[in-house]
Amino acid sequence: MAAASVDDSEWEELNRTNWKGLGLTDPIKNVEDKWLLLPAFLKVKGLVKQHIDSFNYFVDTDIKNIVKANNKVTSDVDPRFWLKYTDINVGFPDRDEDSAIDKRVTPNECRLRDITYAAPIIVTIQYTRGKNIVQRNVCLGRLPIMLRSSKCVLTGRTDDQLARMIECPLDPGGYFVVKGTEKVILVQEQLSKNRIIVETDTVKGIVQASCTSSTHGGLKSKTYVATKKGKIYLRHNSIHEDVPIVIALKALGIQSDKEILLLTAGTTEAYKETFATNLEDAAKLGIFTRQQALEYIGTRVKVNRRVMGPRRPAWEEALEALATIVLAHVPVNGLDFRSKAIFVATMTRRVLMAMDDEKMVDDRDYVGNKRLELAGQLLALLFEDLFKTYNSNLKIAIDKVLKKPSRTSEFDAFNTMRMQGDHLTSGFVRAISTGNWSLKRFKMERAGVTHVLSRLSFISALGMMTRISSQFEKTRKVSGPRALQPSQWGVLCPSDTPEGEACGLVKNLALMTHITTDVEEEPITRLAFMLGVEDISLTTGTEIYGPHTFVVNVNGTIVGLTKYPTRFVQQFRKLRRARRFSEFISIYINNHHRAVHIACDGGRICRPAIIVENGRPRVTSEHITLLKKGKATFDDFLQMGLVEYLDVNEENDTYIALYESDIVPTTTHLEIEPFTLLGAVAGLIPYPHHNQSPRNTYQCAMGKQAIGAIAYNQFNRIDTLLYLSVYPQQPMVKTKTIELIGYDKLPAGQNATVAVMSYSGYDIEDALILNKASLDRGYGRCQVLRKNATLVRKYPNGTFDRLADAPLGEDGEVAKKYDIIQLDGLAGVGERVDPGDVYVNKQSPSNATDNTFTGQAASVPYRNTPLSYKSPVAGNIDKVLISDTDNDQTLIKVLIRQTRRPELGDKFSSRHGQKGVCGLIVNQEDLPFNDQGINPDTIMNPHGFPSRMTVGKMIELLAGKAGVLTGNLQYGTAFGGSKVEDMSRILVENGFSYAGKDMLTSGITGEPLEAYVYFGPIYYQKLKHMVMDKMHARARGPRATLTRQPTEGRSREGGLRLGEMERDCLIGYGATQLLLERLMISSDKFEVNACEECGLMGYNGWCTYCKSSKKMAQLTIPYAAKLLFQELMAMNVVPRLVLDDA
Amino acid sequence: MPAQTFDPRRLVGIHAERVTDVSSRDFPGHHPGEDHSWNLAKFKKNLIVKVQRLSRTSVDFDIVGVDASIANAFRRIMIAEVPTVCIEQVYVWDNTSVIVDEILAHRIGLVPLNIDPSLFTMKSDINDTATDRDTAVFKIDVTCERNPKAPKGSIKPEELYINHELLSSHIIWEPVGEQVDIFAARPPAPTNPNIVLAKLRPGQSVNMELHAVKGVGKDHAKFSPVATASYRLLPYIKITKPIPPQHTEKFQRCFSPGVIKIDPRTKEVSVDEEKVRNDSVSREVLRHPEFAGSVELSRVRDYFLFNVESESAYAPERILIESVKVMREKLNNIKAAALALREKSIAGDGDVMMEEA
Repeated sequence: MAAASVDDSEWEELNRTNWKGLGLTDPIKNVEDKWLLLPAFLKVKGLVKQHIDSFNYFVDTDIKNIVKANNKVTSDVDPRFWLKYTDINVGFPDRDEDSAIDKRVTPNECRLRDITYAAPIIVTIQYTRGKNIVQRNVCLGRLPIMLRSSKCVLTGRTDDQLARMIECPLDPGGYFVVKGTEKVILVQEQLSKNRIIVETDTVKGIVQASCTSSTHGGLKSKTYVATKKGKIYLRHNSIHEDVPIVIALKALGIQSDKEILLLTAGTTEAYKETFATNLEDAAKLGIFTRQQALEYIGTRVKVNRRVMGPRRPAWEEALEALATIVLAHVPVNGLDFRSKAIFVATMTRRVLMAMDDEKMVDDRDYVGNKRLELAGQLLALLFEDLFKTYNSNLKIAIDKVLKKPSRTSEFDAFNTMRMQGDHLTSGFVRAISTGNWSLKRFKMERAGVTHVLSRLSFISALGMMTRISSQFEKTRKVSGPRALQPSQWGVLCPSDTPEGEACGLVKNLALMTHITTDVEEEPITRLAFMLGVEDISLTTGTEIYGPHTFVVNVNGTIVGLTKYPTRFVQQFRKLRRARRFSEFISIYINNHHRAVHIACDGGRICRPAIIVENGRPRVTSEHITLLKKGKATFDDFLQMGLVEYLDVNEENDTYIALYESDIVPTTTHLEIEPFTLLGAVAGLIPYPHHNQSPRNTYQCAMGKQAIGAIAYNQFNRIDTLLYLSVYPQQPMVKTKTIELIGYDKLPAGQNATVAVMSYSGYDIEDALILNKASLDRGYGRCQVLRKNATLVRKYPNGTFDRLADAPLGEDGEVAKKYDIIQLDGLAGVGERVDPGDVYVNKQSPSNATDNTFTGQAASVPYRNTPLSYKSPVAGNIDKVLISDTDNDQTLIKVLIRQTRRPELGDKFSSRHGQKGVCGLIVNQEDLPFNDQGINPDTIMNPHGFPSRMTVGKMIELLAGKAGVLTGNLQYGTAFGGSKVEDMSRILVENGFSYAGKDMLTSGITGEPLEAYVYFGPIYYQKLKHMVMDKMHARARGPRATLTRQPTEGRSREGGLRLGEMERDCLIGYGATQLLLERLMISSDKFEVNACEECGLMGYNGWCTYCKSSKKMAQLTIPYAAKLLFQELMAMNVVPRLVLDDA
Repeated sequence: MPAQTFDPRRLVGIHAERVTDVSSRDFPGHHPGEDHSWNLAKFKKNLIVKVQRLSRTSVDFDIVGVDASIANAFRRIMIAEVPTVCIEQVYVWDNTSVIVDEILAHRIGLVPLNIDPSLFTMKSDINDTATDRDTAVFKIDVTCERNPKAPKGSIKPEELYINHELLSSHIIWEPVGEQVDIFAARPPAPTNPNIVLAKLRPGQSVNMELHAVKGVGKDHAKFSPVATASYRLLPYIKITKPIPPQHTEKFQRCFSPGVIKIDPRTKEVSVDEEKVRNDSVSREVLRHPEFAGSVELSRVRDYFLFNVESESAYAPERILIESVKVMREKLNNIKAAALALREKSIAGDGDVMMEEA
């Protein structure tokens, strides 16, 4: 640990309340560079630490808990037999081939070979073999390993070692490699579990408190306490009917009406009044005792009767339901229902409070009421399901063997286990590669959990790792969950969300966000008791709702009472700051509910803040100096209680100063740096605080489409589609975020010299003018690499595919389309591929599917199944890979590259949501130039500014220009950055106008322009949308077989549809001949012979119905019409043509 | 020195937010009673071409007394139409460097060569067979190897490897035909031997044949002989009101260094006639209210301060001359075409008829 490296005395010195002769009243010195805590935070936490932490927790802790909970397999046949799992461990990823000499495997090899980056799960088992107890290690299956997790081979490697593994040091990890594709398990947002949420429906006049219970590895169920016609009921899925609340409470062991009243309404007169009817209700139903209440509920419980066993009395059913299904997360020790009763009573009280004052409802969109589910949790559920199935399969298999009366050898369960196949392995691989989490056991049916990691650009990959998807339906038109929540501050990025249907539902984490993992609850509860909390089971309603008492909750469950909440919370926090327990445990006081809440569950969103004591921040410049020297890490700051993590709920209990100058005596915390409220993607925007907010949102979407560098290993990757910039540059105007995430090392764009002026008419509607000479010199040049893969298969009948060299034509020459094929049947690397060329000359046996075939595999006839190049523009072979997959099929991947220079219609964008297509490419000599002789690379029309209000872009230009003149990079960090005044001063000092406007001379007339032009560098991104991939036209071409109409879509070389509305226009205009041409002659005209007599269609001048050729007429109709007639006839409807001479 | 003055008609007004009088109006008939018809003698008298500064790669010269269209025409020709020789075709035999063929070829194409274009003829069609009169052949054959004599523990690529970079100096000329004699004095090579074209590591090699041809900048920027050829107009500063002594230094700072002189004794400001040409016309002075009305900024419309930076085989001073050659050729073409037209339609009513397409 780095903590050891810090000299303890040095720390003590700094942490003294009165040091260097300074007292409390001395003026506060500013903590300079406190933002350096951010890189320190990212060093330990990283950008995707939430994924990795969650996975590590699963692999190191959770998986053991799951196995411990299901650790025994017994046999129904032989009662003496048992098998016990004593331990489980996940190894490091290795090669799953027995014959392999070098077992080491790297993620990059998995990507290239289309295999899974997985590690064996080793369990230690103890079981009976005959009369002995044997202990052995078995491999249960293979678990896909998250990159950069504690089990990944990349963790803790230096950049050098990573380079040797062909891995990019800037790659964040946090994803899986399954069958060669990179898969991310997106963070899922949910309503928090085990917490009471009170809501009202003003239309129906309903108030309800609901609670979703979720226990470890248990069922999930939702319990409601809701009003119905002014009375309160308990509702649960397992009970047919709503149970009057009093009956429910009586069933839970609170028999006296007085106590019920005290526990729910307390001493408040208004609540008592409202609640009274419920007591009457129970009395009317004649239910007074617990037994009666249980009978009442028991008859209404849905019984999940197992086939065996005798029928149980109703009260027993009720008891079981109440103990195990209703509010399952509240512990019931033996038959002590007290805490569950109090929980139900609390729900009831919350309903009463909301009935009395409608403001006492909860907000489901409040971020504190949300929990984020990460890869670890999802994998844990999956593992538990698979493990249970595995065990039940194992048990069945063991029973089957043990059933046999006489065995030749002693039964060894180890062998049975090895026969079980790879249920776990395939289960994991299937779930992650399809994204379908369908776990019947937990009533979970989720699709689209995993996504392919987008490698369009470095930013898109990074953006994907911080993405949060919501469980809400996208189609619902509710605005609440989509709206920006004030509680999002600092934890979720306010800018980074997609437009359109998923707007506001898909969110992104802010820069300093951390997501908690589960922490054991038990010690925390004990600690609370130690700090003076009275146990709830020893108290009565009078005390709970007494005038000075506060209820103490741990993870939503009431554990006790305290009379001194403030002192309790203070002491609790003091212990946390002293790191006596996990720093992620939060505590806060809710004064509305008169409760103290302690939370240690996983999935809470939190962020660090500097602690302020006595009006001064605990972090001082001296601490920062230590940090700068590398003598302290972020963990040290936590350890010393200088900073702490606040979750969203605890944030409400604090008073956080944004800047040091804002600190007042009541301040409790200080922000580390305001720009951390933005996410990684929004952090790329310079001066975002000067932009209209939607522009930042647009840029967040567009930054992910920018072509640039993807990773240091980009030339060693074979992705389906890869866009690379030839000459990427780091931006002139950087932000601190850019440096922190490494965008300056893997940039996606170039600093273009921009003139903001009108030029020709080809720049209207956001079109851009480009300088031809700049393009000649490499501006905006990019490479597009496309993967083409094929398997050279072996078939079950013994035949196999083969690669063949280029065949000779009749003239003895190799045909043009085979000219790049070499002797091995593959195209040579570096060769140019023209449209139609064959680059893998594969041949397949013609009887591959014939399973009856037994002859010589080599003698079968082959047919050509080559891979040929489809794009309309030539490319080059970049790479050819020959390998084999894990099921021993030969895999061939051919990477084909195109190098593209910007052309008319290619899309560009600045970093301010200002996109435009290239409208004209102008020769250098025609472009305006300034006094230095500089021509712009790009001309942008000034009309882009007034309505978009992207002032940040203007400042970027100014700062960029100043940076160019001084040879520095300038900063445009959010809520800070280089000041306009300073930039103007630099411009003036270098002989430019303070406003950034230059006097230009027209390149066409040679005369000065009459206006000064805003002129300077702006970082421009080339977006992946290029005309070459979109251009499409058709004169004639393929037709659909059924209708004989032209095909649809660019990929099928289809026609452009003249649709209904266009048709309406032509009808309205009266252009009959044009209509006829478009809809029939140019589409599917068809000559038919029709009989004037019977109106049916014949052929060759013969009517088969009339058996005559006398009255046949020839006419042209659309083929679709002819088809319709025939289809109608097939349905016994006779359409007849009535022919008439016009 | 007497203060240089200009006819106000020759001035382009520089104001805080706009530029006025950008076009000349001394064409015949605009000013009543004045004769502005073109006159060779007058033109000769007014025309000044003077070199101000000459270095190995760049030249500053003034052209005074011509219309913007003429000055601009030379600028345009210098950028786009003065021919140079550049590598146009690259035949890759082997390239195992990290830079792929097309991009390496593109980079090589941009390398300026020292071949005097006048010794070459332009290929009429790029697909014509190459001859020794229109094509120069170069070779690149570089292999990177480990340096056996590398000092121990070194991590510098230049010590560890031989040929760790593919440089422009690796472009080796291969004489063909009569080229041996023609280029004997100055063997063709890149003007700058230190351009890094690609980085190499042991085992990587590049083996290519390169063909250089003559071309012009409007075809591709690599053929442009200049890094930049541009002009600006001579600044003209007129102090109309005396500047109060307390503001003189501030006033001075509003201009480029040396432009404004302050009399050390009287604190009187004046414009340095020699150095005023260095002023960048930042208009800073117009921003300060205390100087409002005390200074008029302008530029002289027909006083062109040219700057030409050569990035090719040409010496910088030769580029203007080459551009004049190109211009003359163009004029000859137009003249010939115009004469031919007149010839054809002389019989008619004097109107020139266009030829049928």
